[in-house]
Amino acid sequence: MSKDNIIAFLVEDKPGVLFNISNMFRRRGFNINSISVGNAEDTGISRMTITIDAEGRSLNQVVEQLDKMVDVIEVKRLDKLRTVIRELMLVKLRTIDPMAREEALGYINSNHGLILDIEPESIIAEVTGEPEKLDNFLEQVKSIGIVEMSRTGITALEKGQLKLKRSELNG
Amino acid sequence: MVEMNGSQALWESLMKEGAKNVFGLPGGSVIPLCDEMLKQDIRFILARHEQGAAHMADGYARASGEVGVCLATSGPGATNLITGIASANIDSSPVVALCGQVARELIGTDAFQEVDIIGVSASVTKYNIQTRSAAEIPYAVKTAFQIANTGRKGAVLIDLPKDVTTEIMDVKFPENIVFRGYHPVYQPDRREIEWAATLLARADKPVIIAGGGIISSGASQELVSLSEYLMAPTAITLMGKGAFPADHPLSLGLCGMHGTCAANTMVSEADVLLIIGARLTDRTTGSVKTFAPNAKIIHIDIDRSEIDKNIDTVTRVIGDAKISLQKILHHLSILRSSTATNDVWRKKCQELREVNGVSKTNGDYLKAPEVVKTLRKALARDSIVTTEVGQCQMWAALHYDAYLPRTFLTSGGLGTMGWGFPAAIGAKAAKPNVTVVDIAGDGSFGMTENNLATSVKEDLPVIVMILNNNMLGMVAQWQRLFFGHRYSAVELKKTPDFVKLAQAYGAEGVRVESYQELEAAIRRAIKSEIATVIDVPIDPEENVLPIVPPGMGLKDALMEA
Repeated sequence: MSKDNIIAFLVEDKPGVLFNISNMFRRRGFNINSISVGNAEDTGISRMTITIDAEGRSLNQVVEQLDKMVDVIEVKRLDKLRTVIRELMLVKLRTIDPMAREEALGYINSNHGLILDIEPESIIAEVTGEPEKLDNFLEQVKSIGIVEMSRTGITALEKGQLKLKRSELNG
Repeated sequence: MVEMNGSQALWESLMKEGAKNVFGLPGGSVIPLCDEMLKQDIRFILARHEQGAAHMADGYARASGEVGVCLATSGPGATNLITGIASANIDSSPVVALCGQVARELIGTDAFQEVDIIGVSASVTKYNIQTRSAAEIPYAVKTAFQIANTGRKGAVLIDLPKDVTTEIMDVKFPENIVFRGYHPVYQPDRREIEWAATLLARADKPVIIAGGGIISSGASQELVSLSEYLMAPTAITLMGKGAFPADHPLSLGLCGMHGTCAANTMVSEADVLLIIGARLTDRTTGSVKTFAPNAKIIHIDIDRSEIDKNIDTVTRVIGDAKISLQKILHHLSILRSSTATNDVWRKKCQELREVNGVSKTNGDYLKAPEVVKTLRKALARDSIVTTEVGQCQMWAALHYDAYLPRTFLTSGGLGTMGWGFPAAIGAKAAKPNVTVVDIAGDGSFGMTENNLATSVKEDLPVIVMILNNNMLGMVAQWQRLFFGHRYSAVELKKTPDFVKLAQAYGAEGVRVESYQELEAAIRRAIKSEIATVIDVPIDPEENVLPIVPPGMGLKDALMEA
């Protein structure tokens, strides 16, 4: 993740837009590490956040090719130092052994995680943070036994006055 | 608000956009559209294959500068358009493709003649739209024309479910569409202009490469002015042919894999290289490592994503070519009172213009470069030439002198065999009083020859001059030069007889054996009111030269083979 670059962009919320974007990534040979999509502050607009292991000409091309698409409204490469970055992860851990359960609860607490489900054989934890934190958590609980997991990919907002949408486009 | 059915809304929208011709072929899902068309003042030109219809629309667009429109039915009709749409889009030609689609409730059920043409066309169009109600049609048409014909131009597809074309609704015709995510930049940044002008003013050995952007923005006059002001020898890309008059003393001709000695040498030696409206593909640059190694590169383009895509630049100008050149010229006049006088550089340009590639040929065959030059002599200055793809295209690019924009039309980016003939028909529809000639090869012409029926029956007489070597010539040339002279799957074995073929369609067909016969045949064909196919047998072993071997630099061109 630390090497990855983050690009956030606003798109028209209509059918086929996600297809067109992923199709462009495929066609141009851009390798996306994560993608997350959801509503933006204005109705009819979605916000996407991608991470990509690319730099220089290739990173520049990702931004320009996105910008060129008719349904892409705004594109920006985010400066990590001036951006709040979060990812959410759900992990199901195997906890038949009471010792393992004890250990798991310890790691979840120390990572400020939440316990969403407890069954005799397993528990589901929610952990949120920067991707590195999630990686560390996974490293810690690996020996306990991960049954399955799901990560959302990162979402991000710039700090302070910075924002993705240019002011003249408001409304 | 006016109450009407979707088909009527479509035709009225097209006429509001100024469309006069539609090239196409009907089928089940567009029968309502065709029926409604009978009441409209629009010319439908019936193609005999949808690929031809798309190329006709493309040729129409390139010859006229207006949007070309083609129409096909759902499923196979729509997929047959795809090669034509892709050819237009990659060459930034404004084409709007109208496709029938199965009725809304059948979409997604694999119904008869259903193809997901929105999905299929996504990577070969600038934009595509499926209309989900009759009321959306005028918006879709307005959007399509606006996007196709602004910024970097391209192809837009509209998918029209059959029941949408019969649905009766209150419809409104929008004057203009405002896009949140589409804002082509025409006005260049002042600092970019100043920096470009400063670099150009300081150049000792300036060279210009002009691409298709000059033609689509109508910047030929400005290009000539700038070239003369800087005394900068000017090369063209394949798409830029016609942007700069071939008989101008500063003209270098084609740059790239089959570029002239003059263009490739001068580009390689330039200290400042100005590239205008060109994509700089591998066919133009040769090996990027050795492309213009000493040059500070300035790139002007309306499409920001082209800058630094293939070649690193020192500076850029994002904007319309015509406006950008006007501003650079203006700024140059502030920077410098007199024009440049690098006589050594100009003299070198003159000398190199005399150097040509030479192919060995056998026997008494007519030589392809001479055939092309004979055609040029017989044609008026404003005649339009289209080309097929392969050797015929490169001979045309090297040896046919184009003087005016929109008089040399060719499938540059996609290199679509079979493009030239239907494109010529489209060009003829745009310019009925101008002679239109397709410089063809026997292989390419065979791919869309059925459009002879369209040419004859729709009264769009064009001339097809076939450089007939009984070969898929360019592949054969590569096999001779780079694959140990082993021919594989390239021999066409004198089939068909193109004279008889032309006659079977009611066209004229003639075979010529000498330059005199050729010239006479062309002159007769120009006066003829029917399409003419001129079959010109040439040597199967003749090579297009120069050629830069694949992976090599522009200075490594083979001049003889």
